[in-house]
Amino acid sequence: MTEHTLRPKLTIISDSFVDDIIEEAFAILDKVGIFVENSEAYSLLSEHGAKPIDSGNSVRGTGKLSFPKSLIEDALKSAPRTIQLYDVNGDNEINIGGDEVHFDPGSAALYIHDPSEGRIRKPVTNDLRRFIKLVNKLDNYHIQSTALISSDVPEKCGDSYRLYLALKLGFKPVITGIFEKESFSVMKDMLTSVRGSESALKEKPLAIFDACPSPPLMWSDLTSHSVIEAARAGIPSEFVSMPLTGSTAPITLSGAAVQHAAETLAGVFLAQTAQTGAPVIWGGSPSAMDLRYGTTPMGAIETMMIDMVDVAVGKKLGLPTHAYMGLSDSKGVDYQAGQESGLGIILAALSGVNVVSGPGMMDFESCQSLEKLMLDHEVCGMAYRLLNGISRRDDLMALPLLQSLPKGGHLLTNPHTLKWFREEISFPGKAIDRRARGSDKLEDLQTAEKRAQAEVERLLTEESEPYVSTDVSDELDRLMVEEIKRLGGAGLPK
Amino acid sequence: MSKPNQEIHNCILDGDAGKTKILAEKIVNAGSNPTEALQPFITAIRHAGDLFDQGEFFLPQLLLSAKAMQAAMDVMFPSSEGKSAARLSRGTVIAGTIQGDIHEIGKNLVCALLSAHGFQVVDLGADVALDRFVQETEQHKPDFLVLSALLTTTMINQKHLIDQLNDKGIRDGVKVLVGGAPVTSDWAEEIGADGYAPDASRAVALAIKLLDA
Repeated sequence: MTEHTLRPKLTIISDSFVDDIIEEAFAILDKVGIFVENSEAYSLLSEHGAKPIDSGNSVRGTGKLSFPKSLIEDALKSAPRTIQLYDVNGDNEINIGGDEVHFDPGSAALYIHDPSEGRIRKPVTNDLRRFIKLVNKLDNYHIQSTALISSDVPEKCGDSYRLYLALKLGFKPVITGIFEKESFSVMKDMLTSVRGSESALKEKPLAIFDACPSPPLMWSDLTSHSVIEAARAGIPSEFVSMPLTGSTAPITLSGAAVQHAAETLAGVFLAQTAQTGAPVIWGGSPSAMDLRYGTTPMGAIETMMIDMVDVAVGKKLGLPTHAYMGLSDSKGVDYQAGQESGLGIILAALSGVNVVSGPGMMDFESCQSLEKLMLDHEVCGMAYRLLNGISRRDDLMALPLLQSLPKGGHLLTNPHTLKWFREEISFPGKAIDRRARGSDKLEDLQTAEKRAQAEVERLLTEESEPYVSTDVSDELDRLMVEEIKRLGGAGLPK
Repeated sequence: MSKPNQEIHNCILDGDAGKTKILAEKIVNAGSNPTEALQPFITAIRHAGDLFDQGEFFLPQLLLSAKAMQAAMDVMFPSSEGKSAARLSRGTVIAGTIQGDIHEIGKNLVCALLSAHGFQVVDLGADVALDRFVQETEQHKPDFLVLSALLTTTMINQKHLIDQLNDKGIRDGVKVLVGGAPVTSDWAEEIGADGYAPDASRAVALAIKLLDA
């Protein structure tokens, strides 16, 4: 017999508490409203029933809008419950919804942790290449992200250049986003060139665009633009509301969750006004501000608790969910990095977060590390094992085996062991040290970072075939060169 | 500590701007010399800074203490008399988030902590035009210009401002400190700033170090 127990799940908030959070978020949208900085969004929302709260800036067509509950409820009904993503070849469907868990590296780091130099520095093209190739090799990352901002192209095309390299060198679907309104168009063209047509891109989404409201209660010009354009192109938008407790949000974790819900519900509504049925993901990157240093710790347990509540709210509303978990505030690949990331990854998995962004990242979402990405990947593997739960393989689970065991015998070669060991026990890669001690000298013991570094270099030396055709690759080159030149650059970096 | 001074001390440490203002008004109405009368206020705000450094005080408390101190300063030293206060302070600072950038939490913390360590701070707010920084620097001749930027797209304005100060011939008269999430010591060096600090506490330490240099 094979009888699976319930999939392990963790809930830290009662159902009625979640309902109260949602109701208060509706009240905020109605009574306090959201400031909308984008004139097209302001018009769309107004046309669909949102009401101006004050005069705002009527000349520019921006300002604060109130959202009656019924409008939001209708928008929630039209937003899809699940989203499917596909790789660059249109294969390997990834289902985002239910309790499926997919990990991707934390996105848009300004710096890279360089073990060879022993310091952080600004990333360049070769760092992105290495990062993308490494993600290709790491199976527990189902989605790639535009993880680093390359400093060797004009700053204004930092967003499109990341996507260009991800599509040219990677094969997994991508989580990305814009830094400039003008970038959306070329980034959409890149995605379209890979799929072949706009309708094919709609049918088989290849990328998710992150869109972050500005706390408290504002949708900026840039992010509103992204949501509207993504909705029209059938590209999923992932809302990343970022309440900062005690600063740009209430100090209480539940208060921050209410604000998160209000900001995100406004995003759902905006996307649905741009295109009914637009795919959206209920995401977030809240932070429990450290009131000693004024920093935004992603590794704080309270940050993770807000994430877990946010996700419970998203699930209650029936939407696909996302959270920024599995990252650390440490400045090096050390105990703190492992502890915070490991905790986040496991809690995210147990909470059933559909898209978990964060692995590899450290130093308050500002820095990526290939070595940490390698180590976090092992934790993701452990999380998947945990989610598979404990299965009952036999009616009698140990008795017959032990009855048949002669004195001094073992089960190493027993058919039962051979039958089940691969299903029951997972085996991490070499970055995790499970060997017997080889030396008594502490200096001979490799650190996790050094083991990970060796693994990274080993994987990066493996050859891999290009994933996109020469024609698509050439078209991506053409689009990128044109964009770099438009922004005053000379061409592609070497 | 005398009873009135204890009261001032408590009001600043409690972050009670209303009561602090009333105490300052009493001092002014009694005709006391404000420069001499300011000493217990300075003692109190520096104590708040010490408590913060020791981990006894948290940012909300520090910000409220700085606000209470500012309330006293506004009463005792209206703008025309500001120079007297400046003489008593550790140094003068003009601070702001650079043009194009609306983020000011980090900058507010730096301002509060500098105030708590006895600097006289003029906070110009967020999204401050480069011309305004230049005008204020020309007018007040501060010891420090503290420039914050949260975005990679706005940090370039820190460089533009330093260029403008050079063009006006006033760069050498002021020390420029830069900070913000994307800012690094390499960036500070690249744009010709006098220093960079990764957080508010280290901004204060840097300012004190540069003053003593």
